[in-house]
Amino acid sequence: MLELKNISKTFNPGTVNEKKALCDISLKVEDGDFITIIGSNGAGKSTLFNAVSGAFLPDTGTITIDGEDITVMPDYKRARFIGRLFQDPKTGTAPSMTVEENLLLAAGGGHWLSISKKAEKQALRERVAALGLGLEDRMKTPVGLLSGGQRQAVSLLMATINPPKLLLLDEHTAALDPAAAEKILEVTEKTVADEKLTCLMITHNMSSALQLGNRTVMMSGGKIIFDVRGEERAGLTVDDLLVKFRDAGKALDNDRMLLS
Amino acid sequence: MGFSDVLNIVQSVLELGLISSLTVLALYLSYTMLNVCDLSTDGCFTLGAAVGAVVAISGHPYLAIPAAMAAGVLSGFVTAFLQTRMGINSLLSGIIVNTGLYSVNIAVMGGASLLNMNKTRTVFTDMKNLLDGSFMTGWHRVVTALVAVVAVVIFITVFMKTRLGLSIRATGDNTEMVRYSSINPVFTTTVGLCVANAFTALSGCLLAQSQKLVDINMGQGIVTVALASLLIGRTLFQRGSVAVKAVGAVVGAVIFRLVYALALRLSMPAHMLKLVSSVIVIFAIFIPYLKQQYPAFMKRFEVKKRRGENA
Repeated sequence: MLELKNISKTFNPGTVNEKKALCDISLKVEDGDFITIIGSNGAGKSTLFNAVSGAFLPDTGTITIDGEDITVMPDYKRARFIGRLFQDPKTGTAPSMTVEENLLLAAGGGHWLSISKKAEKQALRERVAALGLGLEDRMKTPVGLLSGGQRQAVSLLMATINPPKLLLLDEHTAALDPAAAEKILEVTEKTVADEKLTCLMITHNMSSALQLGNRTVMMSGGKIIFDVRGEERAGLTVDDLLVKFRDAGKALDNDRMLLS
Repeated sequence: MGFSDVLNIVQSVLELGLISSLTVLALYLSYTMLNVCDLSTDGCFTLGAAVGAVVAISGHPYLAIPAAMAAGVLSGFVTAFLQTRMGINSLLSGIIVNTGLYSVNIAVMGGASLLNMNKTRTVFTDMKNLLDGSFMTGWHRVVTALVAVVAVVIFITVFMKTRLGLSIRATGDNTEMVRYSSINPVFTTTVGLCVANAFTALSGCLLAQSQKLVDINMGQGIVTVALASLLIGRTLFQRGSVAVKAVGAVVGAVIFRLVYALALRLSMPAHMLKLVSSVIVIFAIFIPYLKQQYPAFMKRFEVKKRRGENA
């Protein structure tokens, strides 16, 4: 489904701020995979997502999705089959437009000059009601007036309203209060299961990294250092992950010592 | 001051207010919705006037209108191209196009800086012939301007409901979100600026036909005058649909002209118009800012005072 081959990206090459964000990353995502991605800050998780969603062009390597090479496709075109959610609920919605207008835009369909019909709006309302957050009565409310959790729920619906081939979740519950985070995670799981989405999720929560999905990837220093699934993953505990984390940190420290 | 004086003032306020409200509606699109402060407005206004006048003088007063609007679309396209494809800051793009248009406008006017249309048939003279003798005698300028304004308000109301219109609004609100909805913001920005500048040019074209005169400097400062009108309208119509706000922009433009006319009656010299519009814009933007900043300012002041007492 998604295949990254030898993706590398260096920011500010040749300057003192040079940063090797991704080093020769290869990753093969199968249809229906739900992969949780963990790693310390600066490990390259979000950069990896940016490469997949087309925020920048990688220095080397290719990205293919369902056999189609999308390495140089502009980001807005990829958005047709890649949905993405961010940590900041503000990122995915237009604040001064209503819930309905935001969803209408995300739903797309029709030509540029088409005006949405009542039936279309009714269908959207039903989708919103299915979230179970009572947002269906606030279709005419500007999104900017909603709480972070509600706004993230709208973002989630917008990203999945036309089921994408791939859903990227970038710590999308990290900025929410615990109750809202739990609710959003629940809705996410349900959506991913219902639509049978292929999904990558960055998280800092070790236990949800192991509970959710079918595969876990750990990144460090722009590399994938650990990739488990199946029985091996089932046997892992949060403590095991933490040990891996610490080892990754040590390896980094050694590098630093070598370089200095 | 007799009844006919009052009537004259009312007519002139309505006429100028309505004609300039087309520029205000253009800014409603570009400034309010697209969040782009389009500083090419001045030059584009004159461009519309010049192109419209040249076509009208050649004997086609109706063709003058689409011709002027097409010129506006072209000007808007260039402004948009500079800021979306050539990496030029959006304010700077407007200023650059505005400067360039000065030369273009003189070229359009055949090297002159003044065009006289005293004997030219215009949409206003045609309307005058149509209305003369009826109960609306003397209202031809207002009626002509009103027809244009109603058409543009209806267009904006409908256009903003389309997918393209929604995308344009979203572009000004959250460009990233537009990308994630698989819409290219370069496209929406370009369309928005093209449409807005078509209205600005239409505004200039109608003013020229109504005054029977094009002056190379007639657009100077119109962006500030229009912004002042837009902000007056926004204060009066804070809530409501796109249609209500568009009507608010028109009302704002008429109120601006009304205040200006009253000030003239109170012997304010005509050359103060632009200073007045500048001051209105300053306060229309400053007051909401002050409202937001004032509590924090007062709190700091109090804390400092308390500390001073303790020391």
